[in-house]
Amino acid sequence: MDDFSALLAGFQVALSWHNVGFMAVGVILGIIVGVLPGLGGPNGVAILLPLTFGMDPTSAIILLSSIYWGALFGGAITSILFNIPGEAWSVATTFDGYPMAVQGKAAEALTAAFTASFIGALSGVVLITFVAPLVAQFALRFGPAEFFAVFLLTFCSFIGMGRENRAKIIASLCIGFLLAAVGLDSISGDLRMTFGSTELMRGFDFLIVVIGLFGVSEILLTVEEGLVFKGKQARIDLMVVLRTWAGLPRYWATLLRSSIVGMWMGVTPGGAIAASFMGYGLAKRFSKNGKNFGKGEIEGVLAPETAAHAAGTSALLPMLALGIPGSATAAVLLGGLLVWGLQPGPMLFVEQKDFVWGLIASMYLGNLAGLVIVLATVPVFAAVMRIPFSFVAPVILIVCAIGAYTISNSTFDIWLMLIFGVVGYVFKKLDYPLAPLVLALVLGDRAEDAFRQALLGSGGSLNVFWANGLVGTLVVLALLLLFWGPMGDLIAALRGKNHPKTAEAAE
Amino acid sequence: MSLPSENDAPERGLSRRPVEIATALLLIALGGLVLYDSYGRGAGWDGGPQNGFFPARIGWIFLAASLFILWNACRREDGVFVTYAQLGQVVRVLGPLLLFVALIAPLGLYVASALFIIVFMGVVGTSRWWSILLTAVLVPVVCFWIFELQFRVPLPKGPLEAALGY
Repeated sequence: MDDFSALLAGFQVALSWHNVGFMAVGVILGIIVGVLPGLGGPNGVAILLPLTFGMDPTSAIILLSSIYWGALFGGAITSILFNIPGEAWSVATTFDGYPMAVQGKAAEALTAAFTASFIGALSGVVLITFVAPLVAQFALRFGPAEFFAVFLLTFCSFIGMGRENRAKIIASLCIGFLLAAVGLDSISGDLRMTFGSTELMRGFDFLIVVIGLFGVSEILLTVEEGLVFKGKQARIDLMVVLRTWAGLPRYWATLLRSSIVGMWMGVTPGGAIAASFMGYGLAKRFSKNGKNFGKGEIEGVLAPETAAHAAGTSALLPMLALGIPGSATAAVLLGGLLVWGLQPGPMLFVEQKDFVWGLIASMYLGNLAGLVIVLATVPVFAAVMRIPFSFVAPVILIVCAIGAYTISNSTFDIWLMLIFGVVGYVFKKLDYPLAPLVLALVLGDRAEDAFRQALLGSGGSLNVFWANGLVGTLVVLALLLLFWGPMGDLIAALRGKNHPKTAEAAE
Repeated sequence: MSLPSENDAPERGLSRRPVEIATALLLIALGGLVLYDSYGRGAGWDGGPQNGFFPARIGWIFLAASLFILWNACRREDGVFVTYAQLGQVVRVLGPLLLFVALIAPLGLYVASALFIIVFMGVVGTSRWWSILLTAVLVPVVCFWIFELQFRVPLPKGPLEAALGY
């Protein structure tokens, strides 16, 4: 009940005129960011972060999280109309969304996608509302060993649940950790891995890495396919929206299943991308119309969108309650919180009640605003995609450079951005996942501090990681998640020998 | 993932295996560098973990993963990493971008962006000259208005801005 009144107070904060204004601006910016290739949730937020340093933290985080909602909505537009996923998590939406657009049912597909997004996001926010305070309260008892165990859980679930080659996930995580270690060591005060360079003394700012890895590299990947996009037309009128909504209750099972998958994948950082594929795969297996998937089945749009948004939203739960982001964008938002002097984690719920509940209330309102805005403005944003890419690409790259520069007023950072852009391009082509790298880069210092403090406390004995029930459970859970994927593969491989068809269905 | 344009003979391009191997070797070298640096500063126990302790352990895991990737790269079947046509497109973006970043320090960001837009759109060559010029003038001016005048975020400036009194 205490939390409920806090939530109501939060709505009062979020409903003030200028915060609603920021929400609308954020959602619109987010949709632009989501529609344009080369700008996405993580680097859109990263570029705009420096501009919000002067703002009140609550308004700033409302603006930035609204950009996130907008980007989640925007990704669906390009997937359905142009068959180009604006974001990696909307790849699965193209499977059925684009065929629907080809059949002239673009408006239905878009309405379904946006509504599914909204339902997914809403289930994520509800989860945050009820579970985050409990998690935070629980986490107040955590010491360094427990925190390290939670970090371990995060990284292990990345490796275990990831869809990519596991060695590459590990390599990507390690690169993130090592980049985080460069520069001043916060415990001993020594310089590490700078090799005498003064520029490296500051270390690698993750915002620059994000802008390079997600922004510049995305542009390079996009231009590979030429510089012109061809898309389908779409106009959404109220009748289509209402008709599509009337048909939705039939798919309640799919929506529910995808929401649950999404929430799970978001909290354990499997991420929105994996969630959208899982949501799609499960819907395909369980749906009566499973055969029609890929040919323009509305359920094939609903399932991945619901899951992606549920995951994208739930990713904020561990960020708020534990200070551990569940996705790359959440990691960037976490960086913002640190800049504003807010230490995310259990204490946030005690010390900054207004901020936390204002943010949670803004999640409800921001998603509602997002749904309305995106339904009303689809033609405008579809038109954005028709601007020739030769105009858009240089502007995006200039904005990326400005974003990289403003973080610490250094031209060296623009070079770093460029280098990470090329690295990101090569990594993406070779299927190295980038989200683990960013996550490890953001969390690296804190994971290391927790690890070292835990070892200091125990005098160097690793026994501290199963000294009590709590930390032991976390470590066991981490190991379980780590081996979950490999075990699953093994079982699938063994079963695949007997029943080749089941292996195919599992794809 | 086949595009309609790829229905005839597979396009020629950079093959995947050398890139995969080169990347893995680079990562191995990076791992070696980390281990060298960490053990150089001490990665053991001196009344507590020394400051190379954690990076060194990550370094070993990293090295193992990279070696595994290298081994995998050698045994997996080869494919096309990037076709030469695609590589050409990428270079047409990367070249002007490199020029842009190099020019920011001497000329300031605004002038460099104008030149970047002219070169980029010229190289791509799908727009008329007046639309190129218009974009090249408008984008920096709008950026200046937003960042310098509205948000008061100073961006790198060069001789032109100095001559104009900023």
